[in-house]
Amino acid sequence: MSLLAIIGEALRALRLNRLRTGLTMLGMIIGVAAVVLMLAIGQGAQTMVNQAISSMGSNLLIVVPGATSSGALRSGSGAVQTLTMSDAQAIASLPSVKATAPLITGTAQLNYGANNWSTVVTGVTPDYFEVREWAAESGALFTEADVRSATRIAMLGQLTARNLFGDEDPTGKMVRIKNSPFLIAGVLAVKGQSLDGRDQDDAVFIPITTGQRQIFGNQFPGTIRFLMAQAESAEMMEEAEAEMNQLLRQRHRVAEGMENDFTVRNMAALTAVATGAAKVMSIMLGAIASVSLLVGGIGIMNIMLVSVTERTREIGIRMAIGANRRAILLQFLLEALVICILGGLAGIAIGIGGAWAVSEAVGMVVVITFGTVVLAFAFASGVGIFFGFYPARKAAALKPVEALRYE
Amino acid sequence: MTPLQNPASNPLIKVESLCKIYSLDSGAAGNGNGNGNGNGNRNGTVNSQVLFDVSLSIHRGEFVAIMGHSGSGKSTLMNILGCLDTPTSGHYWLDGSDIASLSDDELACVRNRNIGFVFQGFNLLKRMTALDNVATPLLYAGVNRSDSRKRAQALLHQTGLGKFAAYQPNQLSGGQQQRVAISRALVNNPQLILADEPTGNLDTQTSREIMEIFQQLNREHGITIVLVTHEDDIAACTGRLIRLQDGRVVHDAEVPA
Ligand SMILES: Nc1ncnc2c1ncn2[C@@H]1O[C@H](COP(=O)(O)OP(=O)(O)OP(=O)(O)O)[C@@H](O)[C@H]1O
Ligand SMILES: [Mg+2]
Repeated sequence: MSLLAIIGEALRALRLNRLRTGLTMLGMIIGVAAVVLMLAIGQGAQTMVNQAISSMGSNLLIVVPGATSSGALRSGSGAVQTLTMSDAQAIASLPSVKATAPLITGTAQLNYGANNWSTVVTGVTPDYFEVREWAAESGALFTEADVRSATRIAMLGQLTARNLFGDEDPTGKMVRIKNSPFLIAGVLAVKGQSLDGRDQDDAVFIPITTGQRQIFGNQFPGTIRFLMAQAESAEMMEEAEAEMNQLLRQRHRVAEGMENDFTVRNMAALTAVATGAAKVMSIMLGAIASVSLLVGGIGIMNIMLVSVTERTREIGIRMAIGANRRAILLQFLLEALVICILGGLAGIAIGIGGAWAVSEAVGMVVVITFGTVVLAFAFASGVGIFFGFYPARKAAALKPVEALRYE
Repeated sequence: MTPLQNPASNPLIKVESLCKIYSLDSGAAGNGNGNGNGNGNRNGTVNSQVLFDVSLSIHRGEFVAIMGHSGSGKSTLMNILGCLDTPTSGHYWLDGSDIASLSDDELACVRNRNIGFVFQGFNLLKRMTALDNVATPLLYAGVNRSDSRKRAQALLHQTGLGKFAAYQPNQLSGGQQQRVAISRALVNNPQLILADEPTGNLDTQTSREIMEIFQQLNREHGITIVLVTHEDDIAACTGRLIRLQDGRVVHDAEVPA
């Protein structure tokens, strides 16, 4: 009997037993699709976190006013205004610190012609862009000279630029911030989401002095909202943290045994937490997916085993009319293979489609790796082929009479 | 090439001192039928001997009926003759070849080419059409699909089922199913047809029609036929009657015409 004839026989058997074929395939499809989808979401979350972390800038420390116990990063910082520009300069001269970026923030409305857009206005020094590793995409960053003379000049984030200017190039145009005209020096490159889920491109940056004097009026002169410091290297993070603590205690005249009136946050620790959380989520989704795969596998197994009686008799009949072992084994192996390959491919397609739908619907990043697809496919196929083929192997080892009599 | 290719002078079937012993777990061996010779042994199994020293020869062109009480071993003997089962001891030569010397694949080939087996319960493949059922042995013989379908159609026509080629077994009557099974048994032109109570599930009229087919095959095509039956008038259609009783041949003679 030729291979072609056996393939034909296997396909015919699958077609004639539509329900059994369909149910077995369903097990494959559910198992594979669930794994592909879950792992795509889990790995997507990890990628998103990693992107947010790398968009933050490297070796960052953040100093906020207020004690650790009395408030968190943002809520406490408005109330106490203990950090000053000269604190920032002092920190910048520490040996372990490469650069510092003091900043003040507030929200304000921007107008360009008939368009307006409310966004976060941040007053910074040019060092900010260095610390954040953030370049201008068009135009040029403003300079120390602009900070010294408190020029009305602004850098736009991508989203703000798009919302105010559409397809126009904003560089060189004038925009009104709180009704004061500002020259647009340039547009910053895309930065994406931050760890707390904010769109960092929805922003506008002006010289910190301009902000202090002209936009955020009632600010104590020289105070800042918080400051970012970049350590010389990853290894020097802790050293920088210690030095900064010591320096600021000195400068703020915090007595021995008293609590700090500021807080230094090491961003490396924060990113470690975020990465860990994303990993846990990924593992959990993976666990759920494994359960789906197991359930799918058990489904396949059940269908295959339930039909063993019928199929054993079928094997008996086929042997009685002249099928040899090879022909029977090949037929059953091919049947199992076809089910697994078709079901697996459908499962992969549905998993990828589902992942795409999720990313469209909730804007999540999804990542599908070759490894997860192969893993899901291999497991489900393994189960399908084993339970499709193994009983057939046993039946084909019987004498024809025994297979015919099997109940 | 078939495993059997011996001079025509041999008997087609020759069995010598055939014995068949079934081993059962003692729990399952009720022995309620009373004619199995149960022998317990130490490791918890019961051996029950079903065939005792059966010897017989059947020549080409013969039409033989095997009769005997229920449980006398008729089906057991037929299954051995059909190479569906193996004897516990004794010899079986089919067309001069010692069956014990053949490999599994060669036995499959013998079942495919040399023997057509007809069962009491038809044993058709479910959900396959009558045509595909009849054509399947040809596929195992390596005949291509279109030729095998043509030949299957011709045989269905010959057994009066030309119109039912596309029907599935569960859409056919018992008599029609048995005709499909007979067509299937004939499809590879075997020298030998073995039929175990082929009319056992059929009414008298249908049984007569089936017997006419067998008689015609024997008379006009020279096919050797061995069939098991419980009915005297079916046995009367054949040329020779063998009676089994408790696994032994107790009668073997020509049927008076
Ligand atoms: N697989 C088996 N295992 C154990 N005992 C068996 C097996 N098959 C048949 N027997 C026993 O062998 C004996 C003969 O069985 P067999 O089927 O050959 O009888 P039979 O003559 O064909 O009867 P019937 O006319 O009812 O078909 C019975 O006692 C039966 O219980
Ligand atoms: Mg019987």
